[in-house]
Amino acid sequence: MTQVVTLARRSLNPLSGLTHDPRQRRIVAVLILAALIYPFLASAGLFPSWVPAPTTNNLIVMCYYAVLALGLNIVVGFAGLLDLGYVAFYVFGAYTTAFLGSEQFGFHLSWWVTVWIAVAIAALAGVLLGAPTLRLRGDYLAIVTLGFGEIVPLMFKNLDKININIAGQKIIGPDFNLTGGVLGINPIDPPTLPSPFGKEIIFSNSNPHASLYLILLILMVVFFLSRRLRDSRLGRAWMAIREDETAAEAMGINTVSTKLLAFALGASCSGFVGAFVSSYQTAVFPESFNFAISITILIMVVLGGMGSLRGAVLGAFALSYVSETFLPWAGTFVNPPINSLGDATHVAFFTNFTLSAYNYLIFGVVLVLMMIFRPEGLLPSATRRAELHGEGIAAESTFGTTASVAEAATDFEEAAGELPIADWSDAAGAAAEPTHAADEPPPSNPPSAGGPA
Amino acid sequence: MTAVATELILEATKVRKEFGGLTACSDIDFTIPRGAIVSLIGPNGAGKTTFFNMITGLYEPTAGRIVFNGRDITGAKPHEVVRAGIGRTFQNIRLFGNMTAIENVLVGLHHTLRGTWWQAILQPPSVRREEIRALERGRELLNLMGLAVRESDYARNLPYGDQRRLEIARALATDCKLLLLDEPTAGMNPEETRQLTTFVRSLRDRLGLTILLIEHDMKVVMGISERVTVLDHGEKIAEGTPAEVQADARVIEAYLGRGAAGEG
Repeated sequence: MTQVVTLARRSLNPLSGLTHDPRQRRIVAVLILAALIYPFLASAGLFPSWVPAPTTNNLIVMCYYAVLALGLNIVVGFAGLLDLGYVAFYVFGAYTTAFLGSEQFGFHLSWWVTVWIAVAIAALAGVLLGAPTLRLRGDYLAIVTLGFGEIVPLMFKNLDKININIAGQKIIGPDFNLTGGVLGINPIDPPTLPSPFGKEIIFSNSNPHASLYLILLILMVVFFLSRRLRDSRLGRAWMAIREDETAAEAMGINTVSTKLLAFALGASCSGFVGAFVSSYQTAVFPESFNFAISITILIMVVLGGMGSLRGAVLGAFALSYVSETFLPWAGTFVNPPINSLGDATHVAFFTNFTLSAYNYLIFGVVLVLMMIFRPEGLLPSATRRAELHGEGIAAESTFGTTASVAEAATDFEEAAGELPIADWSDAAGAAAEPTHAADEPPPSNPPSAGGPA
Repeated sequence: MTAVATELILEATKVRKEFGGLTACSDIDFTIPRGAIVSLIGPNGAGKTTFFNMITGLYEPTAGRIVFNGRDITGAKPHEVVRAGIGRTFQNIRLFGNMTAIENVLVGLHHTLRGTWWQAILQPPSVRREEIRALERGRELLNLMGLAVRESDYARNLPYGDQRRLEIARALATDCKLLLLDEPTAGMNPEETRQLTTFVRSLRDRLGLTILLIEHDMKVVMGISERVTVLDHGEKIAEGTPAEVQADARVIEAYLGRGAAGEG
């Protein structure tokens, strides 16, 4: 019954969409406040250079990777579909915004409109790229999605001179420039809002404060959506498919539409990020969407704990902090002595050494260490923890666990230890209607209709 | 059989399944009267599970027709078959191991719920109410199976007997009219088997279900079945009451070999 009360209470607090534990809610509130205040502290020069404090721009990168990780988490963590080409959806989101808010085609739609179109197009791309993979499982799915992750950015890179002639009749061309080729699309209109102080607020890299607030808002919205989805009928269906697709089908789940929804909803998160990043950087370049991004996002999800929302955010924050802030910072101490060693010994490797070039090496080492020491991730979902450590008690399960139930379960197990098989007939006896005594031999005339007379 | 039994809940006509050159099921006619407990038996490799999988939509029959509750379900997808009202368990338990007992049952309730993805996000009151009702219904089913105390335990951590019961609870959650049990006594000792037998009968009596059992073991079946169909090498070799089937020379032959049939 407590569940019912919890369910009913959930909507009252605006932070309740992010977490229902009051202690965690306070933590979340503090974190959000800290993020809001942070850029003022950073720009006030509060952090000396010997502190590896992220700049506001770094913080923005951390946040948009967190959104991407949450999106991939829907596909990989919830539905168990190993997608190695997540960058493909991100490309669609970014270019949609670029097409609609730049000089490329002369549309200068407001970003606040194009973002929703970008999300819709990314979701559509999720369905279109997801559809051919529906029959594939495991490794095969990974390979095909890997292919899509390579094909889509390449396609955008090469769609700058399109000529389509059918029966000598020019349909598209000559040299129709859709995507701007390797040069990409530049500039792209940033989102703007009218401000009460006269000048309008521009959300681009020229104004990182405002941009940070925008991406924080997107992060919170996506976190909230992910959480609601996970705890819903659809979330259970995703998990059932992840656990056993055949059994899920045999329980009435339409695996086709459920998997497509995972692809579409996962992709739509990257649509948000695509729209944000292209307008924040006021440009898109095909080269910036590479395989490494897909893999980095996947590592973030795995590092945080597959299927765990907080884990995905933490994983994204940690990895992008390391590559954006920590390594360049550490490099300022590590690089000079190594470089001068190289100059002295004429070893090119040392001369050209830059620590931040080794971020993927470091990610790899971290991942290997994680797999050895904490395979469930930093902040695992209850499910993963149970899977890898065989714990029986849920901490983050959909319906939680009350201490009394956990206790009772232990007692029951002890009792069952002596009598390993619970009594089937007793179980039947627990039903509402009275019936023949449990341990009697089966009566020859069951009272119901349809039995043998 | 009584007159009531003439109403058929499932009618399979000349159902056939070929895998390449191998005929796993050849032109099987099979009917289940509403409210009956019917068994499908046969030695290993007789085609029982293949037949089962054709009913539940995992395999599409090469030929033939399956009508359930007046609806043609030949070649329907597994989830459509569930919606039509057929629930099943698996021979080798296939629970969602890393989901709790209640979540497993809630997955069974999936198709009885209406909430869409956008309703999951917006959570209108109708969906909240639906989820609360589903939770209550799920608990009822766990209670019926004597698993109430196991609600928050992961399915994979349950003892074997509880896993079998949870599988039945999950199948019942689909609101089925016909329950297919694939070797429910596999891996059980005679005492557990006897309890299960009693339990299956009480399920039928209380919930008004029709039950189709697949059994490997003839002895189990004879106690509860009203009708028994025997398959061997993909063909139906006998059908009738347990007593009739037991006396059938071909059945004895299939189980014990030609010599035994001759002596019998």
